[in-house]
Amino acid sequence: MSSTSKMKRAATEVDVTLRVNGGAHPLRLDSRTTLLDALRDRLDLTGTKKGCDQGACGACTVLVDGKRVLSCLTLAAQCDGREVTTIEGLGSDGGLHPLQEAFIRHDGFQCGYCTPGQIMSAVALLAEGRAGSDEEIREFMSGNICRCGAYPNIVAAIREAAGGHASL
Amino acid sequence: MQAFEYIRADDVASAVAFVSGDPQAQYLAGGTTQIDLMLKDGVLEPERLVDIASLPLRGITRDGEVLRVGALATMEELAADTTVAERLPLVREALLAGASTQLRNMATIGGNVLQRTRCRYFRDPTVAACNKRAPGSGCAAVSGAARMHAILGASEHCIALHASDLCVPLVALDAVVHIQGVDAQRRVPLTEFYVLPGDRPDVETVLKQGELVTEIEIPLLAPGARSGYLKVRDRASYEFALTSAAVALAIDRDVISSARVALGGVGTIPWRAPEAEAVLRGAPINAQTFRAAADAAIQDPFTVAGTAFKVELAKRTLVRTLETVAGGDA
Repeated sequence: MSSTSKMKRAATEVDVTLRVNGGAHPLRLDSRTTLLDALRDRLDLTGTKKGCDQGACGACTVLVDGKRVLSCLTLAAQCDGREVTTIEGLGSDGGLHPLQEAFIRHDGFQCGYCTPGQIMSAVALLAEGRAGSDEEIREFMSGNICRCGAYPNIVAAIREAAGGHASL
Repeated sequence: MQAFEYIRADDVASAVAFVSGDPQAQYLAGGTTQIDLMLKDGVLEPERLVDIASLPLRGITRDGEVLRVGALATMEELAADTTVAERLPLVREALLAGASTQLRNMATIGGNVLQRTRCRYFRDPTVAACNKRAPGSGCAAVSGAARMHAILGASEHCIALHASDLCVPLVALDAVVHIQGVDAQRRVPLTEFYVLPGDRPDVETVLKQGELVTEIEIPLLAPGARSGYLKVRDRASYEFALTSAAVALAIDRDVISSARVALGGVGTIPWRAPEAEAVLRGAPINAQTFRAAADAAIQDPFTVAGTAFKVELAKRTLVRTLETVAGGDA
């Protein structure tokens, strides 16, 4: 614990250890701080995007203990000690995750703002075993909105990453 | 957005004692509606939030012909349960028709039951007239842009909708809510858990301050029962219902021997339709039976310009659901 954290904590503050992408980060936060804001503003992990900031768009999707959730509607305090994975935590040794490669190959984005959320959601979708058909992919990716309308290419990228035949 | 104190609950008894003794304290579970209404909309302002996530209320267990669902089980966990898939398929259908996977991973079953009955005017603190936020101030929705609003149990005081999909089959199935108070436990049928808004739409359930929902008990359908949940909405996925219907039927030689019917998207509370069940019971499977049941289901609707379409849409939704569940050529 740093010396500042030994200072008396205000009643509306909370001490949290966020475990993000394998690292542990002790933080003292205003209780109102969402996981999204803690990631972006305190840990400089700006890959996770703030879209609607009210649970309607999916741009802020991250994994908590391996499950996809909306970081804009999650208090950072609720994640104390839990494992958080963001888009920065995908891939290894500087290489891209297969889904990131598939999104590039299939041009699964235009402006790119929803893309980190789309990819994090898709990583979970594959783990859930819900990429069995295009129909299933569309249904279980419906929490991620793409206002550029890149949906056909997003579905194609996920289908390819799932091992299905990629039709372009 | 008011600052609040965040407190982690270690055990049920002390959490219930704490919140029962503090009118400015609320429980926090998944938070998908509560955090939204607090942080984003600024219409809920508790001074203390007691996070109950680590309480031992997560389990989903079969107990004879009943499924006991811990209040902290998530929507995704309940949807994945094998007993639900086999014996409560309409519950699974309703769960997966609700929200998105991200929200279903966060939202708990207790929280789903307790989600606020709400509308866009309730959510907007710049709108002065909202009897739910400020009793006696009026209702902006009645003369406003109403579409995602209720027509049953509604009045000029409030037309806010109970938007849960899950609760529609749960009221049809006679689910029971287990409640822990400071000194006692009690069990309340879900059909008696919600309070019609009347002229006090700020009161939504029979819960007293600090009472904690610990479990939802769901009676299983009889083996061989047919059931289904149909949701009609403005887009194909990740959207609230305009109308929905949950139906379970027992059929004996083309005659309906028992029926459970509830409607969603139309009620200020999840809407059981006993009048429709009475029409169906003992009736032959045909189009006349289904239409008569649908007409009986919608009694004395309160409509405004934006919601008048729901009367016929709700009836057709129920007819379609009955046709599908009966599986006949009606």
